[in-house]
Amino acid sequence: MRVTIRLFARLRDLVGQTEFTREIAAPATAASVWQVLVDEYPAARDHERTMSVAVNATYARLTTPVEDGDEVAFLPPVSGG
Amino acid sequence: MSVPLVAITTTVLDAAALASAVSAAGPGLGAVTTFVGLVRDHNVGRRVHFLEYEAYDAMALGVMDVIRAEAAEHWPGIRLGMHHRIGRLEVGEASIVIAAASAHRADAFAACRYAIERVKQILPVWKHEHFEGGDVWLEGATVHPDDAEARRKAYAIACA
Repeated sequence: MRVTIRLFARLRDLVGQTEFTREIAAPATAASVWQVLVDEYPAARDHERTMSVAVNATYARLTTPVEDGDEVAFLPPVSGG
Repeated sequence: MSVPLVAITTTVLDAAALASAVSAAGPGLGAVTTFVGLVRDHNVGRRVHFLEYEAYDAMALGVMDVIRAEAAEHWPGIRLGMHHRIGRLEVGEASIVIAAASAHRADAFAACRYAIERVKQILPVWKHEHFEGGDVWLEGATVHPDDAEARRKAYAIACA
C-alpha cells in the first residue's frame, strides 16, 4: 500500500523532502512507516525520542494502524506561539 | 467578511477583529481578553533578526479546535478564537493572537492563558530563528493532547 509521509522543520531539513510517498507492507502502523524512513535516512533515527506522530493530520501514536492512502507525519518538538 | 475563530495565515494579524468575532455572541458577554504574541529581538542571549514560522496547516486547525473544546469544558460558555501567523515575521510583529469572551472577566483571562499554554504544548507550528551569526530551529514541547498531566499543568497556570 502507498502512504504519504510529511516532515516538518528540522526533520524536513534533515531528509530534504517535505512530502513524498512510499510503499509500505500491510498490515502497518505508524512505526512501520517510521522504520521505512529511517532505513532510507538513518540520521532521522535521532529524532525518534523527541518527535510526535500524526496520522491524517491528527495526533497519533507509533502504534496507530495505517491504511492505504493515509498521510503519516513525523513532528519535531513544536515551538509555536 | 466574517472572521474565522481559528486560522493559520501569512497575513498581518488583527487582534481587534478577532476580539469582535468572539464577542459577537450577544449581550450576555461581560468581558473579552486578548493575548498577542510578538517577535522579540533577543532569545537566550542571541540578537534575533527575524523568525520564519512553519505550520502543518490542516493539523494545526484541528488542534486549535481541540483547544477550544478543552476550554469549553473548563469554562462553559467561553467564546475562544486564535489566529497564528506563519512565514517570515520581523521583530515587533505579532505571531499569534488569542481572544476569549465570557460573561465574567475571570473566565476570559483564564481561558486566554490556557489557550496560549496549550499552543506551546501541542500546536504543530515551528519557529526558525535567524539571529546574528546563524539560524536554528527552535524545539519546544513534545506533548500528546491526551496527556492529562500536561493539560492539568496548563490549567493550573491559567488559574494561578
